[in-house]
Amino acid sequence: MKLDARIPSGPLPQKWDKHKASIKLVNPSNKRKYEIIVVGTGLAGASAAASLAELGYSVKSFCIQDSPRRAHSVAAQGGINAAKNYQNDGDSVFRLFYDTIKGGDFRSREANVHRLAEVSVNIIDQCVAQGVPFAREYGGSLANRSFGGAQVSRTFYARGQTGQQLLLGAYQALMRQAGLGQIKLFPRSEMLELVVVNGHAKGIVVRDMVTGKVSSHSADAVVLATGGYCNAYYLSTYGRGSNATAIWRAYKKGATFANPCFTQIHPTCIPVTGDYQSKLTLMSESLRNDGRVWVPKQKGDKRPPGEIPESERDYYLERKYPSYGNLAPRDISSRAAKQVCDEGRGVGESGLGVYLDFADAIQRLGIDKIRERYGNLFDMYHEITHEDAYHSPMRIFPAMHYAMGGLWVDYNLMSNLPGLFVIGEANFSDHGANRLGASALMQGLADGYFVLPYTIGDYLASQKPGSRPKADASEFKLAEQETNERIQKLLSIRGQKTVTDFHKELGRILWTHCGMARSEKSLKEALTLIPALRDEFWKNVNVPGNGEDLNQSLERAGRVADYLELAELLVYDALIRDESCGCHFREEHQTEDGECQRNDEQYAYVAAWEFTGVGNTPTLNKEPLVYEEVHLAQRSYK
Amino acid sequence: MNVKLRVWRQKDPQTAGRFVGYEAKNINPNMSFLEMLDVVNEDLTKRNEEPIAFDHDCREGICGMCSCVINGEPHGPEYKVATCQTYMRSFHDGETITVEPFRAKAFPPIKDLVVDRSAFDRVIQAGGFVSVSTGSAPDGNAILVPKTDADLAMDAAACIGCGACVAACKNASAMLFVAAKVSHLNLLPQGKPEKDRRVLAMVAQMDEEGFGACTVTGSCEAVCPKGISLNFIAKMNRDYFGAMLKSAR
Amino acid sequence: MNILLRLFTSSLGKKFLMAITGAGLLLFVIGHLVGNLQIFLGPESINRYGHFLQTTPEILWPSRIGLLAFVIIHIWTSISLTLENRAARATGYEVKELVAASTASRTMIWSGLVIFAFVCFHLAHYTLLVVYPEFRDLQDAQGRHDIYRMMVFGFSNRWVSGFYVLSIGLLCIHLSHGTSAMFQSLGLKNTLYAGVIDRLAKVMAILIFLGYISIPVAVLAGVVK
Ligand SMILES: Cc1cc2nc3c(=O)[nH]c(=O)nc-3n(C[C@H](O)[C@H](O)[C@H](O)COP(=O)(O)OP(=O)(O)OC[C@H]3O[C@@H](n4cnc5c(N)ncnc54)[C@H](O)[C@@H]3O)c2cc1C
Ligand code: HEM
Ligand code: HEM
Ligand code: SF4
Ligand code: F3S
Ligand code: FES
Repeated sequence: MKLDARIPSGPLPQKWDKHKASIKLVNPSNKRKYEIIVVGTGLAGASAAASLAELGYSVKSFCIQDSPRRAHSVAAQGGINAAKNYQNDGDSVFRLFYDTIKGGDFRSREANVHRLAEVSVNIIDQCVAQGVPFAREYGGSLANRSFGGAQVSRTFYARGQTGQQLLLGAYQALMRQAGLGQIKLFPRSEMLELVVVNGHAKGIVVRDMVTGKVSSHSADAVVLATGGYCNAYYLSTYGRGSNATAIWRAYKKGATFANPCFTQIHPTCIPVTGDYQSKLTLMSESLRNDGRVWVPKQKGDKRPPGEIPESERDYYLERKYPSYGNLAPRDISSRAAKQVCDEGRGVGESGLGVYLDFADAIQRLGIDKIRERYGNLFDMYHEITHEDAYHSPMRIFPAMHYAMGGLWVDYNLMSNLPGLFVIGEANFSDHGANRLGASALMQGLADGYFVLPYTIGDYLASQKPGSRPKADASEFKLAEQETNERIQKLLSIRGQKTVTDFHKELGRILWTHCGMARSEKSLKEALTLIPALRDEFWKNVNVPGNGEDLNQSLERAGRVADYLELAELLVYDALIRDESCGCHFREEHQTEDGECQRNDEQYAYVAAWEFTGVGNTPTLNKEPLVYEEVHLAQRSYK
Repeated sequence: MNVKLRVWRQKDPQTAGRFVGYEAKNINPNMSFLEMLDVVNEDLTKRNEEPIAFDHDCREGICGMCSCVINGEPHGPEYKVATCQTYMRSFHDGETITVEPFRAKAFPPIKDLVVDRSAFDRVIQAGGFVSVSTGSAPDGNAILVPKTDADLAMDAAACIGCGACVAACKNASAMLFVAAKVSHLNLLPQGKPEKDRRVLAMVAQMDEEGFGACTVTGSCEAVCPKGISLNFIAKMNRDYFGAMLKSAR
Repeated sequence: MNILLRLFTSSLGKKFLMAITGAGLLLFVIGHLVGNLQIFLGPESINRYGHFLQTTPEILWPSRIGLLAFVIIHIWTSISLTLENRAARATGYEVKELVAASTASRTMIWSGLVIFAFVCFHLAHYTLLVVYPEFRDLQDAQGRHDIYRMMVFGFSNRWVSGFYVLSIGLLCIHLSHGTSAMFQSLGLKNTLYAGVIDRLAKVMAILIFLGYISIPVAVLAGVVK
C-alpha cells in the first residue's frame, strides 16, 4: 500500500496557509446536503461536530455516555498549551513546535506539529469567547503556568479542571447546534462497525445501549474521535468506558493503524493499593511545578518520610536533570521512578511509589497559596488515600495514560480509507513517541475546531451531494449481520470466567511485558501469551443477560475482545521497532546513563499496520519521516 | 469488612422494580463504593445471574456519570464527593446499605440503578451556551475579566451535571444545576449579550421537563459533589426577574 | 403580556408572586402587631386606632382588598407549586434522608394552611364578630367600638388563647423559613449577605412570635384587664 501523507510543499511555516488556500471548497448551499457522522464527543468530536454544523453540514453525533458532556476529555486536569507568549518569556509558534517535536523524540510529522502550534493561539481565543473560565490575573488577563517538557509558561488552565471546562465549551457549542437542529444526538450508542462502500467509508453500525437495537447510519463522511486505547492495559487513567472498538473496527475494515506501541505512562498517579482496584487516578503533572520528587538514598528505608533527614534523601530528578529538574518530560520521569523502585528504594507498602513533596513550596509560598493552586488535587489525594499531603509528602507512581499511536491519517486527517477522518487521541499524528503535558487538549481542539472543518471539504467536494448510499444498502445489511452474530456469539459462550478476569489478565501481560520497559524477550513472550488468552476468551467467557436491553457485561465483553486483538498488534509493533524512542523504551537500546537510544537511520518512520486477519502477521507500511526544519538530536533535558 | 446490600433491581422501564438483598464479603475499606459493587457483580456473574447495572465512567468524580442514592443520600454519606469517590471506610462492618437510583419524574428509570438524565442536555440546548461560532473570536485577552468574576464563574462551572441535586431535592427541582449553568455564563462578559434570553429559555425548558420548583430546602447544596452554592439560585432568580421585566414584548 | 404569562405560568414566576405576596403579608403581620401592641398603652390608644381605621374607608378598603388579593395569590401559588413539586417526584425513596432540609422548610404548606384556618377563625372572631356576637355591643366611653375589652374578653378563654398561640407559633415557623426564602426567591441574596439574612429572619420570626403571644399571655396572666 502506498501511504501518501499529502504534506503540502513549501517552507514549513507557510504550508498550512498555502494548503488552506488551495484545498477544494464545498458550495455553501450544498453543505446541508452532506451528512457527516462524528463518533465521539470528547474535545475532538464535540468541537468538530459543532464547527461542521456551524458551517451548515448535517451532523450526527454519537457517544457511549448518557450525555456528550461526559466524554473522557472531561478528566484532564492540568491545562492546555498555546504559543500566545502572554508572559513575554520568549515563547513563539516555533518554540512550541520545536518543544513538541523534541518531546515526541523526533517521531512525529513536522508539518502537522507546526500547524498544531500555529492554531494553538486560536483555540484559546475560541474557548475564552465560549465562556471557558480560564484562570486570570488580578488585572483580568489570562494566567499561565509551566508544564513538563517546556521552559516557558504557556499552559492555560481552569483550576484543576481544564479538560472539563474546555469540554463544556465544546459541548455547549454542540448543544447549541443540536438545539438548532443541525446536529442529531445519539447518546448511549456504541459504534460497533465501520461500513465501507466501494472503498470509501460511508457509514457505521451502532448498538443502542438501552434497547440493544443494532442499526445502520449512512453518511458522506465518517469522523472518528473516539479517544485512546490504553484501557487495553486494564488499569489506566482513562474512564472505564474508554475503548478501542471504533478504531479497531476501522482497522479491520482496512484503515491502517500507526505506531500502536507508542503508549504513554504518566509519572504522577496515585499508586495501586490492591487487586480490586478498577482504575488509576492521575494527579496533574502541574504538581511537579512546586512538588519535589524524592526517594530515600538507602535501599529498603522504611522510616516515615518525616524522619528521613535531608541528607538521606535522593531528589533524583533534580540530580539527574539539573536544568529541567522535576519538570523533565513524562517518559523520562516515569522511567526514573521505575529505576529507583527497581533498585528497591521505592516507598509505600508495595514499594511501588516515590514521594512528591510540597514542604519546601509550602514554606516558600505559604499553605494558602498551595491550597489555591492545587487544593482540589490535594483533596482528591486525601479522598483516595486518606492521607494529608499538606503535612506529609504524596506518594506517586507512573500509570498508563495516553496513546500517541492511533489510526494513520494524512495531513488532512483522513485515513487511508477515503471518507474516514480520525481526530483527537484516536489518530496518531502529532505527538510522536511521547506527548508533552497539556498538548492533547490542544491537539483535540485544533483538529476539531480548526483543521478538520477545512480539510473535510476537500474530500466532500469530490463526492456528489446526495450520492451517499442508503442505510439499507447491502453493505450495511451485511455489517449489521456481522455485528449481531458477534453479539450472539459472546452471549452464547457461557463459560467459567468473567470478562474482567480476562481483562485483568491481559492488563498484567501488557504491563509486565510491554510497559515502561520492553525487551525482545518480554515482547516475544507476550506474543505467545496474548493469542492463548484470546483463544481462551472465545471459549470460556461468561456474558450474562441478553442483547435486548442495557447489558454492561456485553458492552465490556465486546471491548475486551477487541483489546485482545489490539494488544497483539501493540506488542508486535514494539518488537519490530528495535530502537528506544520516547515512551518506547527497549532495554537493548539505551545510552550509558539509561536514556533512550534512537536509531534514526532505520526507524525514522511511521509504522502503519495493515490488517491481514486475526492472528496473522499484519503488513507493515512505512511512512518515512522527513525533517526539513529541525535537526534530529539526542534529547537532553539535563 | 462485610456489608449487606439492598439494591433496587428493575429490569427495564416497563417492569416494576424491587429491592434485592446481597452480601458483599471481605471488602477492603479502601475500596471505592463502586469497586465494592464490582466485586458483587463479579460474584453474580460467576453465579450466572445478571450483574447490577449502574452508571459510571471516570471514577474520579468529574464526569458526573455515577448516580446512586446510598442510604437515602445521593452520592452517599460523604460531603462534596460523587458516588465513585465514596469509600467503604465510610461504612461500618455489618452495616446494611440500601442502594436506590436517582428518582425524579424528569429522570425516567432505564435499568436497576441507571436513569435517563437527558433532560439536562435539553436544558442546555435551550440556552446554556454562548453563540459564538468557530473562528469569530477576538483575542483571548481582548476582554479583561476581573479575577473575582472569573473565579465565581468557575465556582459555578465546576458543576459536573450529575443530577444529585435533583435526586436530593424533595421537589425534584433542578434549580441548582440550572442556576450553576446560567450563572457560569451570565457572570462572564462573554455571556452577557445573551444573558436575558438564556435564563428565560433555560428556565422554561427546566419547567417543561417536569422538574419541581425550589422551596429553598437546601438539600441540593448539601449533596452536590462540587459544593455548588445556593447563592447561585438567588443569582438566577435575580437574572430571571430582570429578564422577565425587560421581556414586555 | 409576556411578563404576566411568565409570572403566572413559570415556576420562577410563581415563586416571585409567592415571595412578593409573602412580603406583603409579612409587612401586614408586622404592622398589625404594632397596632395590636397598643393594647399595652391602655384602652384609649387602641380604641382610637381602631376607630380611625374603621372610619377611614379610603385606607381600610384598599388594604383589605389588597390583602385579600395577596392571600389568594399566595395560597394559589403555594398550592399549585406544591402539587407540581409532588408530581416531580413520582416515586419516593425507600430510605428517606432529608439532608440539610429543615422541618420548617419541609412543612411550609401545612404551616400555611393552618395559618389560613386561623385567619378565618380570627376574622370571624374579631372582625366579623360572629363567634361572639355580643362583642358588637362593646362600646367605650366615646361610643367607639371597645376593641380593648373585646380582646380582653376574647383571650380570657384559654382555649381561644391556646389556639392563637399555637397558630402564631406556626406562623413564625412559616416566617423563619419564609423570610429568608423570600430573599432567595427575589434574588436578594449573595455570598456576602446570605448568612446574615438567614439569621435575621430567624430573629425576626421569634420577635414576632413573642410580640403576638404577649397579648393573650398578658390577658391570661391578668396583666391586661
Ligand atoms: C486523567 C487524564 C488527565 C489528562 N490531562 C491532560 C491535560 O492536563 N492536558 C492535556 O492536554 N491532556 C490531558 N489528557 C489527555 C487528554 O485528555 C485526552 O487525550 C483527550 O481529551 C482525548 O480527547 P478525545 O476527544 O480524542 O477523546 P475522548 O475525550 O476520550 O472522547 C472519546 C469519545 O468517543 C466516544 N466513544 C468511544 N468509543 C466509542 C464507540 N465505540 N462508539 C461511540 N462512541 C464512542 C466516547 O463516548 C467519547 O465521547 C489527560 C487524560 C487523562 C485520562
Ligand atoms: C400571614 C400569612 C402569611 C405570611 C406572612 C406568609 C409569608 C410567606 C413568605 C414570606 C414566604 C416566602 C416566599 C418565598 O418562598 O419566596 C411564604 C412561603 C410560603 N407560604 Fe406563606 N405566608 C402566609 C400565609 C400562607 C398561607 C395561608 C399559606 C397556605 C396555604 C402559605 C403557604 C406558603 C407556602 C407553601 C410557601 C412556600 C415556601 C417556599 O417556597 O419556600 N402561606 N409565605
Ligand atoms: C394576638 C394576636 C392578635 C390580635 C390581638 C389581633 C387582633 C385583631 C383585631 C382586634 C382585629 C380587628 C380589627 C378591627 O376590626 O378593627 C384584627 C383583624 C385582623 N387580624 Fe388580627 N390579631 C392578632 C393576630 C393576627 C394574626 C397573627 C394575623 C395574621 C396572620 C391577623 C390577621 C388579621 C386580619 C387579616 C384582620 C382583618 C383586618 C381587616 O379588618 O381588614 N391577626 N386582629
Ligand atoms: S449542581 Fe451539583 S449536584 Fe447538581 S448536577 Fe451540578 S454537580 Fe451535580
Ligand atoms: S433542595 Fe430543592 S428546594 Fe431548592 S434549595 Fe435545593 S432545589
Ligand atoms: S464515575 Fe465519573 S463522576 Fe463518578
